[in-house]
Amino acid sequence: MSDRDQTFAKIIEAIQPFNKKDIELTEATTFAGDLEWDSLTVMDFVAAVEDEFDILITMNMQAEIETVGQLVDAVDSLKG
Amino acid sequence: MTDLFSKFDPLIAEREALLASGVRDPFAIVMDEVRSPTLAVIKGKETILLGTYNYMGMTFDPDVIAAGKKALDEFGSGTTGSRVLNGTYQGHKACEDALKEFYGTKSAMVFSTGYQANLGMMSTIAGKGEYIILDADSHASIYDGCALGNAEIVRFRHNSIEDLDKRLGRLPAEAGKLVVLEGVYSMVGDIAPLKEMVAVARKHEAMVLVDEAHGMGFFGKNGRGVFEEAGVEADVDFVVGTFSKSVGTVGGFCVSNHPKFEVLRLVCRPYVFTASLPPSVVATAAASIRKLMHAGDKRAHLWKNSKRLHAGLREMGFTLGTETAQSAIIAVMLPDMETTVRMWQALIELGLYVNMARPPATPAGTYLLRCSLCAEHSDEQVEQILGMFRAAGQAVGCIG
Repeated sequence: MSDRDQTFAKIIEAIQPFNKKDIELTEATTFAGDLEWDSLTVMDFVAAVEDEFDILITMNMQAEIETVGQLVDAVDSLKG
Repeated sequence: MTDLFSKFDPLIAEREALLASGVRDPFAIVMDEVRSPTLAVIKGKETILLGTYNYMGMTFDPDVIAAGKKALDEFGSGTTGSRVLNGTYQGHKACEDALKEFYGTKSAMVFSTGYQANLGMMSTIAGKGEYIILDADSHASIYDGCALGNAEIVRFRHNSIEDLDKRLGRLPAEAGKLVVLEGVYSMVGDIAPLKEMVAVARKHEAMVLVDEAHGMGFFGKNGRGVFEEAGVEADVDFVVGTFSKSVGTVGGFCVSNHPKFEVLRLVCRPYVFTASLPPSVVATAAASIRKLMHAGDKRAHLWKNSKRLHAGLREMGFTLGTETAQSAIIAVMLPDMETTVRMWQALIELGLYVNMARPPATPAGTYLLRCSLCAEHSDEQVEQILGMFRAAGQAVGCIG
């Protein structure tokens, strides 16, 4: 399993508690559209991801992240 | 052609559905008469006001009114200019002097609104490559100021000293950092553990800004705010505040002892590119600020009111936002939108005005009725208020 695959798996795991609609999660899944998350859910989820990987995702970065795939890329580049 | 307003359709539909059910629009209340800081006439009915930020009841103080009238006569209705051009009158300087005395600082800068004060400070002090670290429950003016600027924005869990420490620890050591805290958080009325948080900020070599909008006048020996009460004045670099609460008018300010503070007057866009406050406003503000320096009795009565309301509501069975009365804001937590609207409606019909708050203005899915006390609420009025809450609560079915 590649590094990125591992990150992807952990992100999927982190999403599940917030996946109220129980939809299938892929690289293209959008947080606002597919998962229907409001801004408060996003905040809690981002905090969980930051703690899981011991990184910081600034609000500016969050604004650029719309899909699961983009989040995985961001986390991968931040974890160093 | 795309109607730019289509994006608002869901909100319009939601509001229309709500109003079709026969309730009054909580966001469209009109005060036909305002008889005192605590009494107004709404739709012909005398109504007790429990949803203003007139904490110290200064809006009808005779000295404050007299100062305003005098300024109108002597300086006219407005400055018609920016502070950096023709819009600084002696009244603006006098107002800044009053603030310097109140806060014991070398500098004071008056903005046209508190919203603009935060817009200005957040967007200017921290720049590209620097970080602003703010509490997740920060006021919209703080968030908007962050969005206006170019700094990296990082949130920490509300009032969590540990989370603040953790996040600061993840930032590059050499980057400039500003930690933004509020003394009193305005939705639920809880105070911040400023002593510990400021210590953490200092440990990570961050500068500190505290917004004391809801604390000025009744916390700390000189009424400077929660930061004064917490004993951290020496470690706070900037204090932002407003004239629209305890001071009783409109306007905002930042006070500081930073030796280079005055340069902000030239680089802060929400200060430069806007008209300055009218002469009557800075005159009433200055008069009010000076009176607040000696308002011990009012302060004591405000706390008495807050504690009585909190205890009374809790005894009745309401769920409140804080365990004890931490400030002059008491939030009554309700389970959902429908109950909240029905309670709010029942109260206004009984003759009591409170603020209704819902997401996204409130933290995580909470619905609440926000009550804010005034030093001018009499003991009898507070008992009346409790009676109205009991009646409304029983009618709506949220208490026994």
